[in-house]
Amino acid sequence: MNEKTEKLIDKKGIRLDGRKADELRPLKLQVGVLSNADGSAYIEHGKNKILAAAFGPREMHPKHLAMQDRMVLRCRYHMAPFSVQERKSPAPSRREVELSKVIKESLEPALFLELYPRTGVDVFVEVLQADGGTRCASITAAALAIADAGVPMRDLVVACAAGKVDDTVVVDLYDAEDKLGAADVPVAYMPNLNAVTLLQMDGILTPEEFEKAVNMAMDGCKKIYEMQKEALKTKYMVVKEVEE
Amino acid sequence: MSSLVTHVRLKQIEQLIEKGKRLDERGLRDYREIKIEQGLIERAEGSARVLLGKTEVLVGVKVETGEPFSDTPNEGVLTVNAELVPLASPTFEPGPPDENSIELARVVDRGIRESKAIDNEKLCIEPGKKVFVVFVDVYVLNHDGNLIDASALAAMAALLNTKMPNYEIKDGELKIKQGYTPLPMKSHPITVTIGKINNYLLVDPWLEEEQVMEARISFAFNDDGNICAIQKGGSGYFTPQQILEASKIAQEKAAELRKKLDW
Repeated sequence: MNEKTEKLIDKKGIRLDGRKADELRPLKLQVGVLSNADGSAYIEHGKNKILAAAFGPREMHPKHLAMQDRMVLRCRYHMAPFSVQERKSPAPSRREVELSKVIKESLEPALFLELYPRTGVDVFVEVLQADGGTRCASITAAALAIADAGVPMRDLVVACAAGKVDDTVVVDLYDAEDKLGAADVPVAYMPNLNAVTLLQMDGILTPEEFEKAVNMAMDGCKKIYEMQKEALKTKYMVVKEVEE
Repeated sequence: MSSLVTHVRLKQIEQLIEKGKRLDERGLRDYREIKIEQGLIERAEGSARVLLGKTEVLVGVKVETGEPFSDTPNEGVLTVNAELVPLASPTFEPGPPDENSIELARVVDRGIRESKAIDNEKLCIEPGKKVFVVFVDVYVLNHDGNLIDASALAAMAALLNTKMPNYEIKDGELKIKQGYTPLPMKSHPITVTIGKINNYLLVDPWLEEEQVMEARISFAFNDDGNICAIQKGGSGYFTPQQILEASKIAQEKAAELRKKLDW
């Protein structure tokens, strides 16, 4: 999208990519896509294409990082060099280090860390193509990968962003809206526990707009949550025919 | 973090909180004493030291010339870096910045950038070619909790203290002239961090509270009282009601600080 666009939302309230304010991009979720990982998931969220893999609980390496009273969750969020318009250096950027940390902290409340002392779970997220909202899509996929690895969880973690575009609060911003919009509020949420596990914001919002954005993002989360459960069921509820 | 000592401390802190009290005898909504000192590093274009209780942060600002980013050819560049200096805490180690110092730097950066605190267009010397680059280096000298608020405050105090060299352009060449002008500022973001312990929200958690708290959330407010940056941290969670409550407390505290600082 190179042409300069003055308006991101037209008079009828339709966004540049044809969505309404409270409409999510098309999503596709798949569980168990990698054979070597203990658990894995793939998400297509708009043009975002992201793979997540979980390993463990397993012995911690290096050993001194192990905790005597609980499990350690480690996350690595990484973008492929070809995932964005201009090639991204494969070395971890400061943004990726921060996102790895907030993604880890968004998943930790879902795990029974204290039940697996001295062990570690590693989650690797690879963004193959980015289209805005990658941290949210990564969390949604990472939670599925952990569940697929058989690690007990209090709830699935699901994430969705809301933000402000042309004075309107909208849900699930894509790349252009993220870059040209007025604010972006990513939220991660555990619907069954009514717990927000990630909340960030940049841009400028009035307190009223902020409240609206958080609620809109949580509504988005609840919709994606249903798809997450469906994706798990698709893998685990199908009875495979055993060959005689 | 959860050593035997912190388990005992947690009990103590929990019991006190239920009575609305804290280990250091503050109320749940009280900041520690704040002291700000500006301009103590003469070599830097701007500097400030903030004491937030025993937490001590020094920020130095250097202004140099450099190239603008290709997508903002008419704007100066802001770079924020944070160092958790090993002398500040037994838990800090020498070496390249870890995730904690990167997060700290990026949260401070977000508050300044998103509130448009610096009038970036006035930092342009020659569009697309030469602009002023503002380096904000956050130096944590003593860690006693709530590094985010102390660092954000120190960074703003240092920017308000920053003087840019005067210059003129002669035959396409940049010539530095005598004298200085203050860095052009448009807004004064204030960041307030709220910790959550046992479903109680408390303002400005100090070290011992940080060690037992489940999660924290930081809000940056601009001059109009609007929110310009948020960061949740820690392995716990907030309910949606707690988030709205925290945002209201933070808004009040930010307004209170703004009045006190006269920003």
